[in-house]
Amino acid sequence: MRYSALSIFLNGLRGNTGWTSAWHFPEPRPHYDVIIVGGGGHGLATAYYLAREHGITNVAVLEKGYVGSGNVGRNTTIIRSNYLLPGNNPFYELSLKLWEGLEKDLNYNAMVSQRGVINLSHNDSQYAAQMRRGNAMRLHGVDAELLDREQVRSMLPYLDFDNARFPVLGGLLQRRGGTVRHDAVAWGYARAADQRGVDVVQNCEVTGIRRENGRVVGVETTRGFIGCGKLALAAAGNSSRVAAMADLKLPIESHVLQAFVSEGLKPFIDCVVIFGAGHFYVSQSDKGGLVFGGDIDGYNSYAQRGNLATVEHVAEAGVALIPALSRVRVLRSWGGIMDMTMDGSPIIDRTPIDNLYLNAGWCYGGFKATPASGYCFAHLIARGEPHPTTREMRLDRFERGYAIDERGLGAQPNLH
Amino acid sequence: MASLISCPHCGIRPKEEYAIKGAALPRPAPDAPRSVWFDHVFLRDNPRGPYEEYWHHAGGCRRWLIVTRDTATHEVLACRDAGAEPAVTA
Repeated sequence: MRYSALSIFLNGLRGNTGWTSAWHFPEPRPHYDVIIVGGGGHGLATAYYLAREHGITNVAVLEKGYVGSGNVGRNTTIIRSNYLLPGNNPFYELSLKLWEGLEKDLNYNAMVSQRGVINLSHNDSQYAAQMRRGNAMRLHGVDAELLDREQVRSMLPYLDFDNARFPVLGGLLQRRGGTVRHDAVAWGYARAADQRGVDVVQNCEVTGIRRENGRVVGVETTRGFIGCGKLALAAAGNSSRVAAMADLKLPIESHVLQAFVSEGLKPFIDCVVIFGAGHFYVSQSDKGGLVFGGDIDGYNSYAQRGNLATVEHVAEAGVALIPALSRVRVLRSWGGIMDMTMDGSPIIDRTPIDNLYLNAGWCYGGFKATPASGYCFAHLIARGEPHPTTREMRLDRFERGYAIDERGLGAQPNLH
Repeated sequence: MASLISCPHCGIRPKEEYAIKGAALPRPAPDAPRSVWFDHVFLRDNPRGPYEEYWHHAGGCRRWLIVTRDTATHEVLACRDAGAEPAVTA
């Protein structure tokens, strides 16, 4: 069923009894050309672009829970492409361009809102670093504006500009950045992939990878063995566990990142504000709740929940930046499991096993990458060669000394 | 995570006194092959379950400790002084 204003009108006249399920609930078939492990944003997007760009439709996406139960529904919904390094920037810009046309592509309202993303600076060296980053972005053809203190004040008058520790000096603004409704991204991709013949199989956890003569022949699942021609892993925080089923050890640690949403407020913050020095960022959803978060808790975790020390730290940083938040009540908090790599950048690559492909290591930047990740991973699976924007995102880059260390922190995943 | 950690030197203390560094991996010998060093610096088992980590008791005895913690339940299973471990292996 195609969604349109007319379909809403006509279904309204029929008492909304005419709507059908957005996708099917198929039993897994015995064999697929491509199996994708992980029915989150990246896995579903990969299936969609395999079908749309490469005509490969004999595809299954295996999801251990339900569509949207993992990190695609646990993030803070921000999209941006304000990256410094040439190994990263063109990829994230491709992603932002795909976001810009996504709703038409998918015929699904994902509430893409390019409301602007502003990173604040608090001292001269940080301001200079933002100038460098902005120039790097503009050299890649990406929009970036360096704002001085008064320009920031005109946009965000409620910040504490004269904070004793972190006075606001300026900021780097990307106007094309913004937010997207994350559940709708998962649902939109699932529906669009399903319409092109992909089987989205929920409640189907992969428990083993069967290999013969050095090649993957299929996967053991909680719903039986399923054979495949190619196997693609997009398991986010569980990447290490799935890869271990094929005896691969990854340069990844799984860490917990918390996020929060407040009670609904009247329109207050009309862009995304990132207070990196204080480990805090915030935006306001269309429903009125403030959506905010901070840094990862800093220890390995598969628990999808964090500790109160981080909650306190995030709340303190938020109130330090925006004193008006001091009496806002938090409604919910939750945790997602981040696949943190050793340089803070992702991996989209082949593996030492010929027909096994890996999409992992998104750290806490996976949501904004969803469309390009699927697009480029599909390109790799279909053609066997990397998409030009992911040439540097290789699995063996650490061994060869070509890390993409966006923050210059080295092999300390709990610091990225 | 457990709110109270049993330090072998200080006894039961709140977890906020500790700083977590990360995986407690045996350090290879300086002349170990490149592949061994690559594995040590970059690769992780990253298990769902018990995991050994270096913790620093920054707000107490300032000793480095090895804490065994379950990464799925956050339960702290054991805590011992890191100095008792052999410094170099492999």
